[in-house]
Amino acid sequence: MVNVASTFGRSGTHDFVLLRATALVMAAYAFFLVIWLACNPSVDYNAWSGLYSNLAMKIFTLLTLTSVLVHGWIGIWQVLTDYIKCSRLRGLIQYVVVLALGVYWFTGLFVLWGV
Amino acid sequence: MKKIVFSVYRYNPDVDAKPRMQEYTLEVEKSRDMMVLDALILLKEQDPTLSFRRSCREGVCGSDGVNMNGTNGLACITPVSSLKGSKVVIRPLPGLPVIRDLIVDMAQFFEQYEKIKPFLINDDKLPPARERLQSPEDRAKLDGLYECILCACCSSSCPSFWWNPDKFIGPAGLLNAYRFLVDSRDTATEQRLDDLDDAFSVFRCHGIMNCVEVCPKGLNPTKAIGQIKSMLLSRAV
Ligand code: SF4
Repeated sequence: MVNVASTFGRSGTHDFVLLRATALVMAAYAFFLVIWLACNPSVDYNAWSGLYSNLAMKIFTLLTLTSVLVHGWIGIWQVLTDYIKCSRLRGLIQYVVVLALGVYWFTGLFVLWGV
Repeated sequence: MKKIVFSVYRYNPDVDAKPRMQEYTLEVEKSRDMMVLDALILLKEQDPTLSFRRSCREGVCGSDGVNMNGTNGLACITPVSSLKGSKVVIRPLPGLPVIRDLIVDMAQFFEQYEKIKPFLINDDKLPPARERLQSPEDRAKLDGLYECILCACCSSSCPSFWWNPDKFIGPAGLLNAYRFLVDSRDTATEQRLDDLDDAFSVFRCHGIMNCVEVCPKGLNPTKAIGQIKSMLLSRAV
């Protein structure tokens, strides 16, 4: 058993399930947006704000941003633990990445709030 | 007669500052093929300082795992004629520290193997008088698993093992872990799964399948790892 504190899940299985569950949400969101853009060839401000003022869309978007946070946290941690052997440098990069993911999440939250 | 050119990795840490490739030429009869191990033995006659491991010379002991023209395998069961290219390039198994020439230090590989407790654990209070019986169906579950000869061809071809040889068990260890997880006579399944359920031991396998490609015994560690993941998942959800 290898103990690690810097990943997201409680165990290897937890990480594995989270990665796949969040990937499904992100795929669904991307799929939805592509279809929506295909159905609305000329999108203007009104179309965007109409779409995002819908409560369901706000929840879907926030869910996707949360998925980006969790997926990115675990995924980047996996890549960093493979390739960066100096633990101080790895910790620093992981810290910056998680902060950036947090910034994305809060930015998304406040943007959605304002629509 | 035909000439076969070999380029062999040479490194003696007592003498050499860094590793180098050394070329040798063997002259053999046109119609004759030979195993890479036979060729290495002939090369050692030319140059007695060349070092490599070998024992059974028939693919049973797993001592002579080397990298031949970029692919891991056992020198004793790889015909020279099967290697494509203008010359035969022989290197030690990648990712493991080199002791000398083609001889690698297998300590890390066996440390991972040790972790999975490669022995039957049975805590039955009343052991049977003669033997623990198994149905033919349960016995069949061990096929494709027990045959592993621990040659390390798989683990040393696995990028996940190269990056984390101290944390990721590696294909060979995991194939053997599954061999005990499915053994109907073993009673430590839960504890074995607990020991594997971290972010490295099993889950560093991303299904690259180099292990399946190189296994000289035709085993499928990726499939066994998939089964372990399924066992871990089905008890978690
Ligand atoms: S699984 Fe195959 S390649 Fe890996 S150690 Fe066992 S016999 Fe060798």
